[in-house]
Amino acid sequence: MTTPPDQTEQAEVIERAQPDEAQPAEPTARDAANWAQSISTLSVGEVPQEAINRNVEGKRVLGPMQGFGKMWQKTYRVRLYGADVRPTEVIAAWKRDFGSFWPEKNHFYGPLTGIEPGDVAVLNLTMPGRVKLSTGIFVMYADDESFTFMTPEGHMFAGWITFSAFELAGDTMLQVQVLMRAGDPMSEVGLAVYGHKAEDVFWQQTLRNVAERFGVEGDPETQVVCVDRRRQWRRAGNIRHSATIRSGLYAAGAPFRMIAGGRKKDAGAERAPSA
Amino acid sequence: MTEATLNMEVRPAGGKASIVDIRGDITSGSEEALMDAYGRATADGVRVVVLNFSGLEYMNSGGIGLLVTLLVRANRQRERLLAFGLTDHYRQILELTRIDEAIGMYDSEEDALAAAGAS
Repeated sequence: MTTPPDQTEQAEVIERAQPDEAQPAEPTARDAANWAQSISTLSVGEVPQEAINRNVEGKRVLGPMQGFGKMWQKTYRVRLYGADVRPTEVIAAWKRDFGSFWPEKNHFYGPLTGIEPGDVAVLNLTMPGRVKLSTGIFVMYADDESFTFMTPEGHMFAGWITFSAFELAGDTMLQVQVLMRAGDPMSEVGLAVYGHKAEDVFWQQTLRNVAERFGVEGDPETQVVCVDRRRQWRRAGNIRHSATIRSGLYAAGAPFRMIAGGRKKDAGAERAPSA
Repeated sequence: MTEATLNMEVRPAGGKASIVDIRGDITSGSEEALMDAYGRATADGVRVVVLNFSGLEYMNSGGIGLLVTLLVRANRQRERLLAFGLTDHYRQILELTRIDEAIGMYDSEEDALAAAGAS
């Protein structure tokens, strides 16, 4: 399996989140190496030049308890019919080439070395109107058969995404499970109008792409359960971190940045002869 | 998916609370055992459930997801969820996942029961 060329530039550019304290995990716990250390805020290292790195640095991570909207559990599965591959092999490949399985026009700027607990990655997602949404994820857990991301403040939803593989009736199953609430009132509306459907399409296509890697034409199944119908109005203020709003403003400011950049270049060119 | 090994015992604590002793592993395969224990703990109208994590040996992200589901159930039924017996490692995991903001964590059974008003 080869690594896509566009990911090679990402090598060693994403730093791991810095733990609050340098205390090692307790050696007696069997799961100690699988969990990220506790962090206060996210820290992103250098990212490739083409990446829009916004709305991640300095943000806190969120769980489903910290979101605003209804809580959903969305499960996407695909069966690798007849593929002679173990769950651990699938997860190893999924971790190693994670971004390459994403649908086109969406980018995952994560470590080339794979997915490890404590990693931080920048995401650039294509939204309606061709706006690039810049947000990120934090790897809170990873073992040989699964790994889990947490979202940062400002992400469209607050929650966890768990990627796993397991055996069922003699076949290996791939699964993406999202436990989430919309991060803020605007995201709640956006998810209802567009986001939930878009997310379904996104993860179904991702599963097809992973299955294809193992020679299987997958037909993903989707199960959506509303875990909690109540909205947490005390979390409505999360909107101040909204990556959607900030990314939209950033996109709207592009012409002005271009003009300002041109003026700086012109000023530099004018000064050059007299220097 | 790895078969989870989990044993949960429920014992009453002064009529106002129940204690659920957790022994073994909590994974995504633990849902039935966890929800069944919670159901037994609240069967007599008890409003406070205290989870004893001192026998917890392993927990993955699927297990943490179950704790969130349990919290939602407790909130919906207007019940409280408290915890004690967490090692530093599991306490750190609850902090990392920010579940500590929703579950009261205590050092000992006595402290948890005092907070529940059951001691």
